[in-house]
Amino acid sequence: MSNSDQQLEDILQQDYQHGFVSDVESETIPKGLNEDVVRLISAKKNEPEFLLEWRLKAFRHWLTMTEPNWANVYHPPIDYQDISYYSAPKDKKDGPKSLDEVDPELLATYEKLGIPLKEQEMLAGVAVDAVFDSVSVATTFKDKLAEQGIIFCSFSEAVQEHPELIEQYLGSVVPYTDNFFAALNSAVFSDGSFCYIPKGVRCPMELSTYFRINAASTGQFERTLVVAEPGSYVSYLEGCTAPMRDENQLHAAVVELIALEDAHIKYSTVQNWYPGDKDGKGGIYNFVTKRGDCRGNNSKISWTQVETGSAITWKYPSVILRGDNSVGEFYSVALTNNRQQADTGTKMYHIGKNTRSTIIAKGISAGYSQNSYRGLVKVAKSAEHARNFTQCDSLLMGDKCGAHTFPYIENKNASAQVEHEATTSKISDDQLFYLQQRGIATEDAVSMIVNGFCKQVLKELPMEFAVEAQKLLGISLEGSVG
Amino acid sequence: MLNVKNLHAKVEDKHILKGIELNVKPGEVHAIMGPNGSGKSTFANVLAGRDSYTVTEGLIEFEGQDMTERAPEERARDGVFLAFQYPVEIPGVNNIYLLKAALNAKRKQQGLPEVDAFDFLQLVKGKMQELKMDETMLYRDVNTGFSGGEKKRNEMLQMAILEPKLAILDETDSGLDIDALKIVSEGINALRSSERAIVLVTHYQRLLDYVKPDVVHVLSNGKIIKSGGSELAQQLEQSGYSWITDEVA
Ligand SMILES: Nc1ncnc2c1ncn2[C@@H]1O[C@H](COP(=O)(O)OP(=O)(O)OP(=O)(O)O)[C@@H](O)[C@H]1O
Ligand SMILES: [Mg+2]
Repeated sequence: MSNSDQQLEDILQQDYQHGFVSDVESETIPKGLNEDVVRLISAKKNEPEFLLEWRLKAFRHWLTMTEPNWANVYHPPIDYQDISYYSAPKDKKDGPKSLDEVDPELLATYEKLGIPLKEQEMLAGVAVDAVFDSVSVATTFKDKLAEQGIIFCSFSEAVQEHPELIEQYLGSVVPYTDNFFAALNSAVFSDGSFCYIPKGVRCPMELSTYFRINAASTGQFERTLVVAEPGSYVSYLEGCTAPMRDENQLHAAVVELIALEDAHIKYSTVQNWYPGDKDGKGGIYNFVTKRGDCRGNNSKISWTQVETGSAITWKYPSVILRGDNSVGEFYSVALTNNRQQADTGTKMYHIGKNTRSTIIAKGISAGYSQNSYRGLVKVAKSAEHARNFTQCDSLLMGDKCGAHTFPYIENKNASAQVEHEATTSKISDDQLFYLQQRGIATEDAVSMIVNGFCKQVLKELPMEFAVEAQKLLGISLEGSVG
Repeated sequence: MLNVKNLHAKVEDKHILKGIELNVKPGEVHAIMGPNGSGKSTFANVLAGRDSYTVTEGLIEFEGQDMTERAPEERARDGVFLAFQYPVEIPGVNNIYLLKAALNAKRKQQGLPEVDAFDFLQLVKGKMQELKMDETMLYRDVNTGFSGGEKKRNEMLQMAILEPKLAILDETDSGLDIDALKIVSEGINALRSSERAIVLVTHYQRLLDYVKPDVVHVLSNGKIIKSGGSELAQQLEQSGYSWITDEVA
């Protein structure tokens, strides 16, 4: 191993900065999963009958399924009976009316995570629906949004206030039969966010949700649903980070996006769940199903993700290009270090005519990590003149990590154009030395090179998120180079 | 300013520098010439602290301090600048962003605040005019897609902004057209002062016509085998190296 590989590794060995445990008392139901648990969750949330029925169908279907094993990731078997499927902060019943009513300890926790809710309210113009464990504890800017008919609230609240919308759209993009983790989520999902943009409305601010995992061995099963009516626009930000934990924690979220005619949904994620320690102990299993449906003509869905956390990431934000001329985009940075494993990518299903998709995926692997891009571009017979462009770049730091690319193309229409480009490079000694010679500290040099490598993706993020993401990339590689 | 004593260095078990002695005083310009593969770039890299090269013997003193073990970024902030023979491309990193980060790193070391954005832009634009560089280069990725000559000029821009105490220029003249050579030479001369020292690695007399060296050294097989005045360079231009290398052998 060369000298600089050694330095690289030293920088990578930096402890997770957001690791700590918050002390808010949780109301947790006993471990285990059966129909009674599903009924209990539904009852605790005072859900309408249709939702309970849907959960039960999902649960029964889940029982017939087995965990997928095709991804390039390895972990000990998960005992689904050893997980508690519901927990809520204690002060939930009274429900805080404003941030002042929120548990100060909780606020302090967010503060440490660099999520100053109060400042955000004043400065950034971002509406925050903060999910702590499974129940929303703070929602801001709601009134302002309501003036334009925009609904942005916790999923539970939407179930109470707008059951007809939930019934119409829930599971319409990701049916509970879709995959093992989606079925599980459908049966036991705890909370999440709901967002509805009425016809012709351009949402005046970025909508954002911060997720965290807290109570020990409590799985997190978030459910997000975004509906954009014809001609509307919304930019949705999702960011998460988690406290240091010794046990593996399962996170199986489902996100469904629906874009009707001429609507545009931009969905950005910065994911920084606890990745485990440097030997791979602990860390989140992040098994997420994210899918958008360009249901109307000329609609557009853009996924942008920066994935730096989790012990295991299994995630393929996809777009169904159903409407004619609809556009799907996927911009991704996946960074893995130490023993992290990521198997992530996208699927673009071209169904409508003149549909277009763009995939830009950047993988950065360091330490002993394994980083796989897995993508599917499927062009149906009906998709006249569909076009796809895929670019997949891998950057390796050190010589013990792995980068893999699994691009799949299924093209049933001769008029379609599908292009794929892929590169793999090592962070070069020459680049590092060049920057050091200009007075840049090694860690900053690594951060600069990596951010440069990811620029195409980072520039797709909303400004304040891009800054956060850049820092995160630097932090995630600290202690790793030289 | 720079005092190199019995410097030996190896890379991947290959012994390349075999006892270099060099003493450069403030205000001086030294030229280092020598056959391909003799160790000139290695020497330049070792002076700048590249860690893939290991110093096995000897030491490097800069301004009276032993800097043999100092990290490359520290040397840079102390005022050691290396213009690379082959400047590397850094995709996605803005040229002006790097320039500013480099200048601020140095200012921080000196206890100065970060440079004001407006002042900085004025400064950079002024220097670019002197180097006859197109301003659009500022917003391109560092060296990415630059022509050979553009890369060399970009190195000179960085040097002009950083105002090093010791500038080591590794074949900055190679690959420059005739006009560019003149412009770059003016840039080097503009930096000449009684507080600064310049080490020029070159193969050609032409640069030395513009930037007149105080001392010329011949490096061969990892050692300085001959030193002289600027007339030595002219002699080399006419007769090549064999007469000296034979003399030594
Ligand atoms: N990383 C390396 N691994 C192995 N050999 C190396 C390495 N770097 C340099 N060398 C060898 O060391 C010797 C000196 O190289 P160096 O680049 O210093 O020569 P130079 O004098 O600058 O030559 P030129 O005039 O062609 O630029 C050469 O034989 C070269 O092949
Ligand atoms: Mg050389």
